[in-house]
Amino acid sequence: MSDSNKLTQAIFDAIDEINEQIPKEQQRLTKSVDTVLFGESGKLDSLGLVNLIVATEQKLEELFEISITLADEKAMSQKNSPFRTVGTLTEYISKLMEEKIQ
Amino acid sequence: MTENQIMLITGTRKGIGKYLVEYYVEKGFEVIGCSRNVIDFELKHYQHFCLDVADEVKVREMFAEIRRQYGKLDVLINNAGIASMNHVLLTPLSTIKKILNTNVVGTFLFCREAAKLMQKKHFGRIVNFATVATPLKLEGEAIYAASKASVVSLTEVLARELADMKITVNAVGPTPIKTDLIRSVPQEKMDALLNRQAIHRFGEFKDISNVIDFLIRPESDFVTGQVIYLGGV
Repeated sequence: MSDSNKLTQAIFDAIDEINEQIPKEQQRLTKSVDTVLFGESGKLDSLGLVNLIVATEQKLEELFEISITLADEKAMSQKNSPFRTVGTLTEYISKLMEEKIQ
Repeated sequence: MTENQIMLITGTRKGIGKYLVEYYVEKGFEVIGCSRNVIDFELKHYQHFCLDVADEVKVREMFAEIRRQYGKLDVLINNAGIASMNHVLLTPLSTIKKILNTNVVGTFLFCREAAKLMQKKHFGRIVNFATVATPLKLEGEAIYAASKASVVSLTEVLARELADMKITVNAVGPTPIKTDLIRSVPQEKMDALLNRQAIHRFGEFKDISNVIDFLIRPESDFVTGQVIYLGGV
């Protein structure tokens, strides 16, 4: 599996984990890059987003053996939140991982 | 019930930490502990890590290992702490940094990483260590008391932030106990301090484990954000 596929897999695994915690009557997150996570038309409340970020960090640790902090000042100060959609999150993590490896 | 309970205790090389390891292993917990220096004891059902509680990288590595090995964490006891008794005019910056790192940064890091693990199972008990030095406003312990006041604030705020995850966060505030922490305090100072307690005696290890027992039991799921001071302070 290529690194970018592995990264998408890590986020999808995290989504699976979060979906298990969402009550059945509520809408669950779909595993697609277009899925809106947070903000207007987002499916997660603030605690749900916290849980997704933690789950993603843990999946990255498992799949890549890399320890990354996703929600730091840098993430919070971006004009466009990296946590808006699955796609923006994937891009953001990919950038962080490149920086970490360099 | 306690058969498969996983407990993490910080600062387990000696004193209260070591006592708590022995006490909870005896009660059937799987106990994990840590200290900066190596330990001189071995115990079945006890696993030790050598690290500085304020070293974020090492702390995260340890939690990753706990997740791999046990897949969960039920109880965290943030026991690691250092004190310094000195007049404010004679307290060097290096001492201030050391105390704040261990007592505040360390407690925060362990609460944060433990909660990440606990929230998966929707169960967790965190017990922090406060001190009577804070409410008694002990002279000569400005930075120690201030650091533990921070721990009280952390406890109260985290209790609210983690409540929806079914994690309780409380603190126990011991009185002086005969450990290394008070080795250098003159007897008359110690007597004066004990006299300010409602019950004028040194604390004992079992006084602390008694409060922890109460805070971590499943029935205490409605008790959070509390600081229980010993000795009637």
